Amino acid sequence: MKFLIGMHINPAVLDALTDEERAAIGAGHGRFIEELKQSGELITTQALADPSQAAVVSVRDGRTVVTDGPFLEAKEYLGGFYLVDCENKDRAIELAARIPDAAIEGLGIEVRQVMFADGQLEA
Amino acid sequence: MTAPAIEDLLRELTPQVLGALVRRQGQFEGCEDAVQEAVLAAAVQWPAEGVPGNPRGWLLTVASRRLIDQLRSDHARRERESATAAVEAPPEDVPDTDDTLVLLFLCCHPTLTAASQIALTLRAVGGLTTAEIARAFLVPEATMAARISRAKQRVRAAGSSFSLPAGAELQERLQVVLHVLYLIFNEGYTASSGRELHRADLAHEAIRLTGMVHAQMPEDGEVTGLLALMLLTHARREARTTPAGDLVPLDEQDRTKWDRGLIDKGVELVKASLAGSALGPYQLQAAIAATHADAATAEETDWPQVHALYLILERIAPNPMVTLNRAIALAETEGPQAGLALLATLDGDERMAGHHRLLSVRAHLLEKTGDTAGAYEHYRRAARSTASIAEQRYLESRAGRVRA
Repeated sequence: MKFLIGMHINPAVLDALTDEERAAIGAGHGRFIEELKQSGELITTQALADPSQAAVVSVRDGRTVVTDGPFLEAKEYLGGFYLVDCENKDRAIELAARIPDAAIEGLGIEVRQVMFADGQLEA
Repeated sequence: MTAPAIEDLLRELTPQVLGALVRRQGQFEGCEDAVQEAVLAAAVQWPAEGVPGNPRGWLLTVASRRLIDQLRSDHARRERESATAAVEAPPEDVPDTDDTLVLLFLCCHPTLTAASQIALTLRAVGGLTTAEIARAFLVPEATMAARISRAKQRVRAAGSSFSLPAGAELQERLQVVLHVLYLIFNEGYTASSGRELHRADLAHEAIRLTGMVHAQMPEDGEVTGLLALMLLTHARREARTTPAGDLVPLDEQDRTKWDRGLIDKGVELVKASLAGSALGPYQLQAAIAATHADAATAEETDWPQVHALYLILERIAPNPMVTLNRAIALAETEGPQAGLALLATLDGDERMAGHHRLLSVRAHLLEKTGDTAGAYEHYRRAARSTASIAEQRYLESRAGRVRA
């Protein structure tokens, strides 16, 4: 079963971390990616640029309107994701719990099952 | 020989050649890689240059050479002399033993996760390439390659011998093998997610592998039962969806589209298996499928028999999903209220909490009682709970129908 494990970050929470804490998170992700690759459960992982760089696109009366910034005004934004293929939802939750962000107050990890997929899977 | 015929031949020969090589060299992990490479080489060479006179011998020779190359490079790396000395001997003719079953038991080793058992079985016994398996499960090839390689390491770490389990262990391990084959079939029949409802290749492959097991264990009622269940289910595939890909429930299927040839074969197997002593869950499920196959129209279904079979199934293999299916049969024999009362017994079962099947069956039965508001509500909740797009579309259309 495929799951998207989304990482919801809060820039204010991240800013408050010490350099050591940030380095530990980075190292934790590195180990996590390695483990997922070896177990044959990782499809892909991507991290997203800062929400301030986002563009919101809409088409009204045939005209494209672009506004700067994220669509939702919120404290938390989607910072990146892991797309995994694993045994079941319990396993996806077990994997999600290994992501360093899960241990930090104010950051959220969300597990969502994939319902439809198409396109080239090779990154 | 045509390319598809060559492909069939290669799939058939893969476990035989792998078995012969493992018997001689005794290391499943390396042998499996070597055979895969030999099969890939054959898939390129044979269509262009013709199939060799002794295809099995050809594959064994090429695989042996690959294994030697592999060990030599390992040897160069680790400077281990003894490892290569053992495999220098030129390959002899292939012995006549068929190790397909032994391999199947190895690939379905209980220490592996189901996903790994499936992947390893399809490659080592089914003769599919890693790329083909990856495509069937919609994951990148690298992901599937890692999964297979990890599975082989686990099998090695478990210290399995290359022989069939004996005594009580055989029956226990056979259950795992049958479950893996069942999962492969199911994956082919209903994709667990996504738009593709049929992945016929996997269903075919599961039927072929189960047929192989049946040929070697014709006396085992559960093996026969599983093969029958697959054939009887596969027989409905044309009627199961509209050309647009929409799901058609059993009672609305055009039964003239059912594959009579498969049904006859399945029914014959069910009869043979029921004549044996012990009854198992696959035999009972096959008997239920045969009862449906027996009815020319949905109205002619022998529901008392379906209900009786589910009752036995519930006794020998208690499972909320079986109870759920029995509720459908009970609603047909004693009315929707009786079915709903039985469903109510599942409400406390956490395995079924929020399960879309419980919601959709309840919706159906509420619709039959005339409670359209309740049916609508449950169809909508069921539609939100499923991860299958085809099922979701079907449930939404049912919701729209009761509202109208």
